[in-house]
Parts: sequence; structure tokens; C-alpha cells
Amino acid sequence: MALETQDIRARSATTTSVPPSARSFQPEVSKLIDLSRCIGCKACQSACMEWNNLRDVVGTFEGSYTNPPDLDDQSWTVMKFNETEVNGQFAWLIFKDGCLHCTEPGCLKACPSPGAIVQYQNGIVDFQQDHCIGCGYCIAGCPFNIPRLRKEDSRVYKCTLCSDRVAVGLEPACIKSCPTQALSFGSRPEMLLQAEHRLTDLQERGFSQAAVYNPPGVGGTHVLFVLPHGDRPEAYGLPKDPRIGPMLALWRSTVARSLGVLTMFSVLVAGILHYMRHGPLEVPGEDGEGTPAKGGQP
Amino acid sequence: MSDRGEDIVLPDGKILRHDNRERVVHWAIAIAFVFLFLSGLAMFSPFFFWLSLLFGGGQFMRLVHPFCGVVLVLLFYPYAFNLRGDNRWTQADANWVANMFAYMKKGAHFTDTGKYNAGQKLMYWSMIPIIAVLLASGIVLWQPWFAPSFPAPLRRLAGLVHAAMAFVMFVGIGIHWYAAFWTKGSIQAMVRGTVTQAWARYHHPGWFRQITGKDP
Repeated sequence: MALETQDIRARSATTTSVPPSARSFQPEVSKLIDLSRCIGCKACQSACMEWNNLRDVVGTFEGSYTNPPDLDDQSWTVMKFNETEVNGQFAWLIFKDGCLHCTEPGCLKACPSPGAIVQYQNGIVDFQQDHCIGCGYCIAGCPFNIPRLRKEDSRVYKCTLCSDRVAVGLEPACIKSCPTQALSFGSRPEMLLQAEHRLTDLQERGFSQAAVYNPPGVGGTHVLFVLPHGDRPEAYGLPKDPRIGPMLALWRSTVARSLGVLTMFSVLVAGILHYMRHGPLEVPGEDGEGTPAKGGQP
Repeated sequence: MSDRGEDIVLPDGKILRHDNRERVVHWAIAIAFVFLFLSGLAMFSPFFFWLSLLFGGGQFMRLVHPFCGVVLVLLFYPYAFNLRGDNRWTQADANWVANMFAYMKKGAHFTDTGKYNAGQKLMYWSMIPIIAVLLASGIVLWQPWFAPSFPAPLRRLAGLVHAAMAFVMFVGIGIHWYAAFWTKGSIQAMVRGTVTQAWARYHHPGWFRQITGKDP
């Protein structure tokens, strides 16, 4: 059994409450992406392709440095060159798109297949493609529009935060490749502290609106961003206040679904009780037993 | 009556209630529904995910579910269209509903609601919009062909609506099954097509009069 399968915090569509969690100590990890240091070199994108053996289709130039144009099943991280205006001047808000590994993942909540999505004790949210049924509910449930369905095998893929590397004490491939230290990886408290330091530094340098992106609506994320223009997360392509939302919460609510199952079950029970109490509805006298006097003639 | 269709008194004295085509289509719809019910239940609640084994696993189950849905829709609406004449709502149906619990306790006489009673008509008229909503929401969720064209919030809504409507349909069909089991002779009617004159007179007196010309 792979080590990581013993360290599970949450498991999709699972009726028993406690997934395997063998170790008494598992530090939570986080990736910190300091966008103020990012130069958009796409080394992380290449490293992701290299480590995960992904080769996306070569596309065509569409007038943007973003290439490929969006995440897909072969591109688990993509540098987005958002073109916007800052203080009346053109600016690129370069952004490293990919899974944020939410503490309360909408994908995991939406998933109907037991164990197709797991959250490890270290906080990484990982898809187990052998359990995936290809329904795409995780795509509908994600507040960040991350998971991508691969048509060839009807399974959904996304960034694993290199769970395979992290499980053996290595840092994710993208972290290793970053030439400007825009990417860091480590224990969650350490990364949160580092983010605060970066924030102070940026604010001293005049980025008064700089902020750490760690949205509370999804319980925080295990991929943290330092945004130089933190007042405008949308300009980077990030939702301002991502949350699972009432629709998904009700749709996949254990209470609502259990009530539904109970109601269906109670129709069965009501039928049995009714039959026991009143017996079959037969035409009086037809089988030579009942008397035709009662109820027979309208 | 033109919308009586093929209902006739046969030489052996029995009444043909459901002709061959109607019965075949009804059971085809029933089989499609059972497939949809079992696979839908597996995706509705993890408690029932083991039902996916009946389909050779979750992947194949997820694949066939929407196709079964389309089969059901294609069979159901022409079928329902043919039955529309016998399902017109009348004052007698309102009276039937008022007496519903008495009927369930076998404490009231059946009245002239036509070929079907008000309970059957309610079933009929509820399935028409429910199946339409299930189709529409199902298309919004259908991977990989249709779902990507719809925004995620709409797909969440579709998931909720699909589950809620499927739940109503499950309960409705559950009642339909029990009513068929409870009312002796009605499963025979849907299998062999015929009912006895006594059955027709007792359960559907108005229909009995229309078919035989006799007073019930």
C-alpha cells in the first residue's frame, strides 16, 4: 500500500466517517506563489510537463503569450498573461493557474464516486483516476474552474501538487524549476509566515494594496498567492470570494440525500404496512370469496 | 369514442384494456426506468454506489445512464400523447381526490372517472413535466458532449434540479408500483392486456359503460 493511501483526511462519496490515517503526525504543506517575483518564464509549466510526462497539443498563436490558452487534461498549470491597466498604464498581471488545493474542496464534495477524490492529511487534494467515473461533477463543483475531463479516457485530471514527490519528501517539480524564487514550498505555517514577510516588503515598496490570497470561503487554500494588486484578484483571474455555494451544498448535502433515501424507503414500508392492514384490492366476489354486496356496485 | 382506441370486448368476454403496442412500450419504458433508477440511485447516494457493480462499474454506468434517459424520453412522449384522451381531468376526478384516503382504506365506491382514475391521471400529468425537466437538466450535466457548453453555476443548479426531480419520480413510480401490486388484475392487464368485465365494472365503472354499453 502506497504511503499516501494511509494518510487520508477526506474521501469523496464515502459513508464511513474515518478514512485511513495511520500516522499521528502529518504536517500540512503549502505552496506559496509570490506573483511580484514572477517573470512569466514558464519554467514551472515545463517542469510540470516533464515530471508528469504531459505533452499538450501544439496550438496556434492567438495574440497572447498565454500558451496553451487554458488549462486542460495535458496542462495542469498554465502561465496566464492577463492584460490589464494599472494606474492608467498597460500591465501584464502574470498568473500561475492551477489547482489551489482548497481546505474544503468543492470537487470532493461534488464527487459521487467513492474515493475518486481524496484529501491527504498534508492538505493535498488528489484525483484517483481509477475510481473516477467521468461524470464531471467536480468540474461543476470547483469554484476556480480547474479540473479538466480527458475525452480519451473519460477521467478528470488536474494538478496533484506533485503528491508523489511530496510523499517521499521532495518538493513539487514546479518549485524546483523557478529561477526567481517566486515559488516556495514547505509547511503551511512557514509559508503563511513567509507570505506575511513578502507582504510587508511589498507594502514598503509602494504596493499598498498587496494581499495574500488564502480565501476563507473554501477554508483557505494550500496554494497561497501573494498578489501585488490584492484589491483586484479578478484581474489575475481569481474569484474575489470563492465558496462552495448553497446550490452545491444542498445538491450534495448528506442530510438532504439521506432524507431522500429515507423517504423512498418509507414508500416501500408504507406499502408493506398498507398491504398488511388492508390486503389486496380485489373485485368483490370475483374469486368466489368476498361478498359482492359491499363496494361492488357504484 | 374516438379516443377509446382499441379497447374492445373480446370473444371470450374479457375487455382489452392495453393493446400490444401499448404494453410493449410500457414495459420498455419500465426497463429504461429501472436502469435509470438503479444507476441514478448509485450516483445520488454513496450508500447505493454498490449498485454500479450491476453495470460493470461506475464508468460504464455513468456512460449508459444518459442514453437510457434519452430512450425513456423517446418512448414516453409518443406513448403519453396517445393516452392524453383518457387522462382528461374532470369534476369526477376532483371528487376522487377528495375521497382518496377512503379509497385507500377500501371504504368508498369508485366513481366514473373514465378509463383511468384520478390517481393514475395525477401520475400521468406529473410525469410529463418531470421527465421534461429531467431531460433538460440531464443534458446540462451530460459529459463529455453537452456539459462543457454550460457555465458551472448552471450545472450545479442542473445537478440539484435533476436529483430533486428524480427523487419525485422515484417516489411517484414507487406509488405506481404499489398501486399496481395492490389492485389485483392490473398487472395482468399490463402483461396480457385484458381485464374481466367484473374488474372493469368495479374499478372503472365509467369506462365499463363506454366499452360494453351496459350500465355498471
